[in-house]
Amino acid sequence: MSQLVVGQELAGSEFTINRKLLVDYADASGDQNPIHQDEDFAKSVGLPDVIAHGMLTMALAGRYLSEIAGSEKVISFSAKFIKPVVVPNNIDVKLAVSGKVLEINDGLAKIELTAICNDVKVLGMAKGVIKL
Amino acid sequence: MLNPDLVGRTFTSADSVTVTQESISKFAGVIGEPNTNIAPPTFSISITLDQSQKLLQDSGLDWTRVVHGDQRFEINRPIVAGDVFICSSTIESARNVAGNEIVSVRSDLHSGSVLVVSTWSTLVVRA
Repeated sequence: MSQLVVGQELAGSEFTINRKLLVDYADASGDQNPIHQDEDFAKSVGLPDVIAHGMLTMALAGRYLSEIAGSEKVISFSAKFIKPVVVPNNIDVKLAVSGKVLEINDGLAKIELTAICNDVKVLGMAKGVIKL
Repeated sequence: MLNPDLVGRTFTSADSVTVTQESISKFAGVIGEPNTNIAPPTFSISITLDQSQKLLQDSGLDWTRVVHGDQRFEINRPIVAGDVFICSSTIESARNVAGNEIVSVRSDLHSGSVLVVSTWSTLVVRA
């Protein structure tokens, strides 16, 4: 990892979210809520379409943090789920994640994360703390 | 409607959960994480979700109406295969805002007496 400095904008990463990934994440996480897999069910509860698990979006943002430092260095991670990631059938939805170094203190760096899908911020107050 | 008497109570799982290499590799694989020697930062949700669902269902909340509001992880050390956890969950607060019930749940994963990961979830139960 190169030296981080406060205020630094970190290179972004792009992740692809599609229906297959939602099924795979449901299997890996145990979250089988049908709003993440079943279009008819999702619409029946007032959603525009199947939506991604908020925790999948957060897991991908966590993957971005791990790219910066290595997953063993991530000691704190938080986010609000402010907008759903809608995943239509047969579409690869792109999630763009980027970071900015907010603070460096006592060998820890606080990174502010931005996660954008179709020009909309989907995570709010997303922050990770990594060991340097 | 959540029974207000449940706020502040801690529920501890009767059974321990053993983390398998397969479960770590599967979770890491889905998000494209090449390091499978340790669990990715949000892996613990796969352990705590089940527990918090049971807790809230037992508390009278309709899980099918639950929306995830926010999530926080404090990771004291990475989770590794072979970890044996006892999960305890506490309803830290419950309040009603515009007919929606907003419930904060903290879940702790202990390995023996060592607290390995704490997570906080805010769940919104839609009216």
